[in-house]
Amino acid sequence: MSLPPDTAALAAPALPPDAPVALAAVPSPTRLILRRGLRHTGFLIGAGILGLIVLAALAAPLIAPHDPYAQDVSRRLIPPVWQAKGSWEHVLGTDKLGRDYLSRLLYGGQISLLIGISAALISGLIGTVLGLCAGYFGGWVDSVVSYVVTTRLAMPVVLVALAMAALVGGSLKVVVLVLGFLLWDRFAVVTRAATQQIRNQDFVSAARAAGLTDLRILRQEILPNIMNALIVVATLEMAHAILLEAALSFLGLGVQPPLPSWGLMIAEGKQYMFFQPWVITIPGVALLLLVLAINLLGDGLRDITAPEARN
Amino acid sequence: MLAFTFRRVLVALAVAFTVSVASFLLLHLSGDLATAIAGPEATGPQIAQIRQDYGLDQPLLTQFLTWGWRALHLDFGNSFYFRESVIDLLAARLPITLYLGIIALGVALFVAIPLGVVAAVKRDTWIDRTALAVSVLGQAMPSFWFGLTLILIFSVNLRWLPVSGNATWKNFVLPAIALGYYAMPAVMRLTRNGMLEVLASDYVRTARAKGLPPRKILVRHALRNAVIPVIALSAVQFGFMLGGSIVIEAVFSLQGLGQLAWESIARNDFPVVQAIVLVLAMIYIGLTLAADLLNAFLDPRLRQA
Repeated sequence: MSLPPDTAALAAPALPPDAPVALAAVPSPTRLILRRGLRHTGFLIGAGILGLIVLAALAAPLIAPHDPYAQDVSRRLIPPVWQAKGSWEHVLGTDKLGRDYLSRLLYGGQISLLIGISAALISGLIGTVLGLCAGYFGGWVDSVVSYVVTTRLAMPVVLVALAMAALVGGSLKVVVLVLGFLLWDRFAVVTRAATQQIRNQDFVSAARAAGLTDLRILRQEILPNIMNALIVVATLEMAHAILLEAALSFLGLGVQPPLPSWGLMIAEGKQYMFFQPWVITIPGVALLLLVLAINLLGDGLRDITAPEARN
Repeated sequence: MLAFTFRRVLVALAVAFTVSVASFLLLHLSGDLATAIAGPEATGPQIAQIRQDYGLDQPLLTQFLTWGWRALHLDFGNSFYFRESVIDLLAARLPITLYLGIIALGVALFVAIPLGVVAAVKRDTWIDRTALAVSVLGQAMPSFWFGLTLILIFSVNLRWLPVSGNATWKNFVLPAIALGYYAMPAVMRLTRNGMLEVLASDYVRTARAKGLPPRKILVRHALRNAVIPVIALSAVQFGFMLGGSIVIEAVFSLQGLGQLAWESIARNDFPVVQAIVLVLAMIYIGLTLAADLLNAFLDPRLRQA
């Protein structure tokens, strides 16, 4: 999910044809949002960093100087180039098995992004469906969904995720599924609130009067109007999933070696960190930058798409 | 208030029951426990023996009822690994995690509330922006990496604090910071927004018009009201911290509940894992219940819900 400024257009409210809004003299919402985006510093910084990371991760096969899996015991723990014993051969040094750190970092970016996006998609699907039903139908459906959300919040995520991953056997697929099935609570809460706000508006009543089925109203009238909020939650949950994956992999129950996950790189470097601090600093900073960029982008999107709701 | 309390307690009990069913099912359905306990080298008959020994051949409902009935009496069975009763293990480890959680919450509130107040008072100045930047940065920091970095700076380079263990209070300083900073952004933002709202209110304007000193207005009139939702949030954050302490305890080798959970997961010691999941969930449910009741007590409008 690379979200450079131009995709901000996607977050524009897709106004239904019968929406009671007159936009004759105002610039189109898409252009308005684009213009606001270009003035929002946090959004620009986030989009910029994220764009670079996505680009680097996608281009990893082309730009990685070495094979990320190629071990060379004679070249273990070479420090990065800015240190006394560093060399341009391995710009960010090598790990305990002599694997090129820069190459592993680039491929590790693919894994973080892949897990963040897939987990956010799965949890987004679950949470949105639950939230739409709760907000639109109300009554006992709402009570049941709220109850399920409360229950889910009471379960300690890290612990449950660890236990499940341990039982099924840690792997990339398992991590994605476990996180996807655990992180839908915020989607459900936000979707429910947003749906409640618009379910009694005129265009929804009109659609109901016109005899549209509930399913069509939800899909065509309500969903497009809460998309902004959903995209914001999706960015936050993506960041959340990336952090959790790193933590799971750090504890040895997430992505398994030899895959180059950033959390795993920190775990593998932990025993050498006292003499070679860069082995944990490099993947840690990468992780920090990625999550920071996604959060800045999410916060920015929220400001841009709903500036009147702030303060 | 009484009716509200009664209703909320009922919901809390129902949630507690559902969580125990869910955690039981999750562990029993995500894989074959007997195979996991037996290890990779076990033969068919050995696995069958274990299945029988631990009662895993019984129907799931029977297993759950047996386990649930015992859990109600605080009997979580024996650990597969330690051959001791799970409740004794928990009783030995829980205080360390609670201690860590309380210090971490203290650290978070101690930094976040003043920061939020200052940010609100000096709204849209560089102070406000710095506070916001700190909170954004805090939210993006992987806690385990932050913990390791703290060790590198304060234990290895400056030699101020010990690297790991839980012998003295000094051992809790770094883990508490690493655990507590994660709650800071939320507390900071809530304090800031609450203060902005209160500072714009009529009674603060009245207090100003009366000529009360600004500091008195800030603390007596504004902060007192703005801090109510923060207390409720803190209760919830404390629950999250206990759940998240598993990562921090692993980094700092603190022998708390989280470390026990991690080791037990690695050893397939399921009675322990299950009991810890339940205990943490119960603490969280109790805390949110307390927070809800506190909020409702202070703000009668919430009792309608």
